Amino acid sequence: MSVLVNKDSIIITQGITGKTGLFHSQQCREYASTKLVGGVTPGRGGTQVDGFHVWDSCYEAVKKEGANVSMVFVPPFFAADAIMEALDAGIELVVAITEGIPVLDMLKVKEFLLKKNDERAEMGLKAARLIGPNCPGIITPEEAKIGIMPGYIHKKGSVGIVSRSGTLTYEAVHQTTTLGYGQSTCIGIGGDPINGTDFIDSLKLFNDDAATESVVMIGEIGGSAEEEAAAWVKANMKKPVVGFIAGQTAPPGRRMGHAGAIISGSSGTAESKMKALEAAGIKVSPTPAEIGVTLKSVL
Amino acid sequence: MKIHEHQAKELLAKSGVAVPAGFVAYSVDEAVQAAKKLEATGCKVFVVKAQIHAGGRGKAGGVKIAKNMDEVKLHAGNILGAVLKTHQTGPDGQEVRRLWIEAANPPKRELYLSLVLDRAKKCVSLLASAEGGMDIEELAEKQPEKILTQPIDPMTGWNAFNSRRLADFFELPKGEADKAGLRKQLDKFVTGIYKMFWEKDCSILEINPLCIVGEGASEQIMPLDCKINFDSNALARHPDILELRDETEEDPSELEASKFDLNFIALDGNIGCMVNGAGLAMATMDIIKHYGGAPANFLDVGGGATTEKVREAFKIILKDPKVKGLFVNIFGGIMRCDVIANGVVQAAKEVDVKVPLVVRLEGTNVELGKQILKDSGLALIAADSMADGAQKIVKAIGA
Repeated sequence: MSVLVNKDSIIITQGITGKTGLFHSQQCREYASTKLVGGVTPGRGGTQVDGFHVWDSCYEAVKKEGANVSMVFVPPFFAADAIMEALDAGIELVVAITEGIPVLDMLKVKEFLLKKNDERAEMGLKAARLIGPNCPGIITPEEAKIGIMPGYIHKKGSVGIVSRSGTLTYEAVHQTTTLGYGQSTCIGIGGDPINGTDFIDSLKLFNDDAATESVVMIGEIGGSAEEEAAAWVKANMKKPVVGFIAGQTAPPGRRMGHAGAIISGSSGTAESKMKALEAAGIKVSPTPAEIGVTLKSVL
Repeated sequence: MKIHEHQAKELLAKSGVAVPAGFVAYSVDEAVQAAKKLEATGCKVFVVKAQIHAGGRGKAGGVKIAKNMDEVKLHAGNILGAVLKTHQTGPDGQEVRRLWIEAANPPKRELYLSLVLDRAKKCVSLLASAEGGMDIEELAEKQPEKILTQPIDPMTGWNAFNSRRLADFFELPKGEADKAGLRKQLDKFVTGIYKMFWEKDCSILEINPLCIVGEGASEQIMPLDCKINFDSNALARHPDILELRDETEEDPSELEASKFDLNFIALDGNIGCMVNGAGLAMATMDIIKHYGGAPANFLDVGGGATTEKVREAFKIILKDPKVKGLFVNIFGGIMRCDVIANGVVQAAKEVDVKVPLVVRLEGTNVELGKQILKDSGLALIAADSMADGAQKIVKAIGA
């Protein structure tokens, strides 16, 4: 078992004819059993790029290939539109890698997703999901990789990882691989203030997933998603969770690289998040280098 | 991106919202000319306001009332060129390079209004308080019941019923007693700023204070101060807003870094950091502190970490005389460690790094990368892990 993606997912790339989109599509195709069948670039339908089919629209890709997952590499100003097209075409999982999407565009996408899911519920379909934007993607080790993470550091196993940061996820993956635990699925929820899937959504999936025995959650300054997740864990989580929060030394009022990583006044500090996690029984790793050993200490 | 108060007010005026009359001035002469223009319209009292990208200007002496031209001249002379230190400028303060000369509007009431991105509710929310002029953060902490939070539905926008609720919350006069039509004015005001928030991709729009000025039937709702920040991700689609950028208000190192697409923020410590990825960059600062050191900066070189980027990053970090050591922490994913190692070696040679340099590499082709560092002939210190690297750099600078 795993969450959201596996070897049966039929994946397309929106923006596959761009340099970055093509490179990462190739990388994903090479990883384990990832079924990346092609991609969408409006106006380039019917052509091929490095063995990938190119379609004009997500509608076409869904109709012809039965695509159910899309990975988005479309430039920032066009990305919201691309995500909505995928959802409208009936794609179940949209993974938006693009960094730099205007935040008000994402508010519209969120509204659109909610409405779409009302329609899907009426039709008896499961809810569609967006991961990201501004994220490394999602990977189920040794099955499918949808994103830009280095595949080889992962190992099939029992730890579910959910994180707002890309390279910090790799640290956690590397440490859990080295310790022999491996990962069930790793979800990068992204560094933007408005995202599709949050910590709680991911924790719910891991809680219900038979292959996941423990969870690592990696948060950072800004917003209150970690605090909300901590409350949810305290009330619902059946599996051990350890955490790490980046940005203990970040100055207030400054955006630390990620659009969402900003302390506003006195809210969104690492200190408040760490306190909330600990109060919920989540052991917090004191440094990013000790995520693995912290996990080991609770298992 | 931040803009000046006068630019914010000019934008408000363009979107049909009433603002106090005023003119921008870059010299004492221009300040006097501005006041004379206001005088010609019947204005007798003027406000001389320092324009810097920080709040708390009044307390720092950057806002003065002038009753005649001599006073305008005096205050303008004192404020222009002065360095204002407020709770938002940092310890070095900010030099005043421009003024806003405004017609004084003695407020009868001071209110508070802001539009902010509400991350939890996934919409834009309006925050309001009948206690204008206060620090909203402080008020939220001490008397949260005095703040009205109104989430705004992205589909329907700001509605008439939202305005009625807000007017009731402010206890504005109603019916016959509302001689000046303040309720209507408030509705127009909030509708206008909400529309602008979306049209211009704002991230914060704060009016503090929003005042009621004038007498009887000529009472008016008037923003006496206004702060607007914009979503940096959206600036490329708003050339008119991008033109308002004032680079003299920005940290020179950060400005330089932004030209090379580097995410850089200067801090007070003495250990320079160069890292790939924002989360890892923050965590690197944290681990340096954990082992007793102090980071000099936040720096995310991005996934690429090419020789050019590494070189420019080194230059920017080493420009700071406080920097006594450098810690490079890279988790090479798609970008291979050998490529990064070559970049670091070449950049270190070109820039001639004289302070201790600790390099931690992990990821694809890590052994090859480490070998390149070893063979480089550079006096750099290799680290096996992030913790090892942080400890080594702290030790190397003798902190």
